[in-house]
Amino acid sequence: MERQDYERLRWRCIRRALLELDITLTRFLDDGFDQLTEDEQVAFVELVALEDHDLWYLISGKEECNDDEAHFVPIVEKLRKCSVRLAN
Amino acid sequence: MSIPVLKFDAVIVGAGGAGLRSAIQLSEAGLKTAVLSKVFPTRSHTVAAQGGVAASLGNSEEDHWTWHMYDTVKGSDWLGDQDAIEFMCKKANEVVVELEHYGMPFDRTDDGKIYQRPFGGHMSNFGEKPVRRSCAAADRTGHAMLHAMYQRNVKANTQFFVEWMALDLIRDEEGHVLGVTAMEMETGQVVIFHSRATIFATGGAGRIFYSSTNAFINTGDGLGMAARAGIPLEDMEFWQFHPTGVAGAGVLITEGVRGEGGILRNSSKERFMERYAPNAKDLASRDVVSRAMATEIKEGRGCGVNKDYVLLDITHLDPATIMKRLPGIHEIGIQFAGVDCLKEPLPVVPTCHYQMGGIPTHYSGRVVMPQGGDMNAVVPGFYAGGECACASVHGANRLGTNSLLDLLVFGKSAGDSAVEDLKAGRAHRELPKDAADKSLARISAIDNRKGGANVHETRLAMQRTMQDHAGVFRFGDMLKQGVEKILEVEKAARELEIKDKSMAWNTARTEALEMENLIEVAKATMISAEARKESRGAHVRDDAPDTAEFPNGRNDKEWLKHTLFSPVDNSICYKPVNMQPLTVEPVALKTRSY
Repeated sequence: MERQDYERLRWRCIRRALLELDITLTRFLDDGFDQLTEDEQVAFVELVALEDHDLWYLISGKEECNDDEAHFVPIVEKLRKCSVRLAN
Repeated sequence: MSIPVLKFDAVIVGAGGAGLRSAIQLSEAGLKTAVLSKVFPTRSHTVAAQGGVAASLGNSEEDHWTWHMYDTVKGSDWLGDQDAIEFMCKKANEVVVELEHYGMPFDRTDDGKIYQRPFGGHMSNFGEKPVRRSCAAADRTGHAMLHAMYQRNVKANTQFFVEWMALDLIRDEEGHVLGVTAMEMETGQVVIFHSRATIFATGGAGRIFYSSTNAFINTGDGLGMAARAGIPLEDMEFWQFHPTGVAGAGVLITEGVRGEGGILRNSSKERFMERYAPNAKDLASRDVVSRAMATEIKEGRGCGVNKDYVLLDITHLDPATIMKRLPGIHEIGIQFAGVDCLKEPLPVVPTCHYQMGGIPTHYSGRVVMPQGGDMNAVVPGFYAGGECACASVHGANRLGTNSLLDLLVFGKSAGDSAVEDLKAGRAHRELPKDAADKSLARISAIDNRKGGANVHETRLAMQRTMQDHAGVFRFGDMLKQGVEKILEVEKAARELEIKDKSMAWNTARTEALEMENLIEVAKATMISAEARKESRGAHVRDDAPDTAEFPNGRNDKEWLKHTLFSPVDNSICYKPVNMQPLTVEPVALKTRSY
C-alpha cells in the first residue's frame, strides 16, 4: 500500500468515535496489518469504513458478518484474536 | 508566504452534536456556513453517548422543567449558574421535539409518544423520587442524533470540511474573533477561514488523563486554541470519573460487576473496601469506592509494575452467572486487559469520563471573559457550545443525560446568537497581516526541530502526571507536586519533534499539534485543582473532608465561585456563581445528598 493511502487509513483507524475501536484498530495496525494479503488489505479498508457501532459489534462478537460481508470474516477473526498489550 | 483565505459567514469547528446543531441554525438562516472536523461528522465522539437526552416531556408520568432544574442545580453541587440551568431545562422539550422532527428514531411508547426511562439523579417534585425523563434511541442515542442532524445540514447546504484540523483562533487587536487557521490533512495545506462568526464545538479533552473513557479524538483542540488566544478557561478542576475502567485502556467495566458480587483487592489481595466501608464494602457509593481505590494506589498498595491499579475479582462467582448477568465483561477482559476474568481478577482504575469546565460562555452561547471590570464581557464574534464550553450548567458535577441536552440547547443557542449578531450587521473585519503566522511558526517548529521531545513520551508523561496528581480523589501535597511536574511536561510539549516530514497525511504532525492543545488543558486543570481548597462535586480533596462546619468538605463561604484560569500567565481569578434564575425562585444552598 502506498504511504499516503496507508497514512489515510491509519488516521481513519486511530480517530474513531468509540474508544474500543481506537484501541483495537491501533493495535492491529501495529501488529497485524502488514501480514494481510493485498486482497485482505482492500477488505480491511472497506471494513473500517463501517459505522462505529456496527464494526464494534462485529469485532466484539455481538454480531456476525452477514452474507454480503463474507469477505470480512478472515479479518474480523484476526481482529478478535489480536493480541493484547497492556500499557503497563 | 501567501495563505489561501476562504470567506464564510460562519465557521464552526467540530462536527459532533453541538457543532451540527449550531450549523443547522446558521445554514437554515441562509448564512454561508463551514463546518471543520478532524473526522467524518458521524464519527464524532457524540456517537458513544448511549444514556439518552433529558427532557421533562412528562410522557410516562408527571414531570416539570423546574424539577429538572432543581436536580441539575443539586447535581452541580450549586456551582452551576442558575440562569443557564433554567434556560437549558426549559428549552429541553423544544430541542428534543425538533430532533424528532429531523427524523431521530426515538424509542416510543405503545401510544406513539417518545418513551422515557429513569436515570440517576433525575427526580420528580424537587428530589422526591426517581422520574422517567431520559429519551433514547435504543443504545445508539448519540449516533442516531448525529445522523439526523447531519442529514438536516446536508439539506440546508452546510459546507463540510472533513479531515481538516483547526489550528488557531484569529483575533484582531481589539479582541474580535475573525475565524481560524486550519490544516487540510490530505495535503498539509494551511488555510485561513475568515468568518463573521466563529463557533467552537470541539468536545472534551479527556485524553489528558492516563485512564479515560474518551476516544483518542478528544484532545481539547478548542480549549487549546482559546487558551493560546488569551481566553481563560473556566472550572477546569472539575472532571467526572467512573470508578472502574480497565487499567491501561479506559474501557468501562459496568458497576453491575460489583453488584453481582465483584470484590476489589489491592496488591496483597486484601479486600480493602472492608476498611473504608465496613457495611456496604464493595457496594459503597461511587465516590466512596473511587476514593478508596485512589488511597490504596497513593499509599503504595496498587498492583502492577507501576503500582497504579487495583484488582476487581469475580473469580469466585459462578461462570454461568457471569456470562448471563454480566454480558460482555468476559470479552472486555480478554480484549482490553488480556485477562480471562473467570480465572484472574481484572485490573481497574478510576477513569476520567467528562469535562465539566471549558471555554466560558453566557447561556446565549457567546464566549465571555473578564475585561475592564466586567467579568462577563462578550468576546465579539466568538461562540461555543457542548463539552468544550462552560455555560455553566454542570457546575461541579454533571447529571447523566444532561450532556446530550447541553449540546443540543447550547449548540442551538450559539447558532441563534450568531445569526442574531450577523443580522444586526456584524461584518467581516479586516484580517491582521500576521493572521496565520503563529500557526505556520508552530508547524515549522515541529517539522524542523532536532533533538526535541518525543510526542508519545510527552503525552504519556502528561497523562501519568494528571492521573497520579489530579485524579478522582486529590491530595494537597500531590497537587502541589503535580503543578511543578505538569509545568515540566509543558516545557517538553513546547519542544516537540517528529521524524516524518511529509506534507500529506502526516499523522505524526497532527498528533504533535493535538499534544500542544492537550497540555493547555492539563495545565489549567492541575493549577485550578491545586488552588481550590474545598471539596465540591467531582473535585474531592483529602484535606477538605466532611465536617459539621463543611458538609462533604464544601465551603460555600469561600468557594462558591467559578475558577477562571488565565493561560497567559498561569494565574487564576474567580467570578461569582449566578444564583439568580431567569424567572423562578433560586434553588437555595443545601448539603448535596441522595
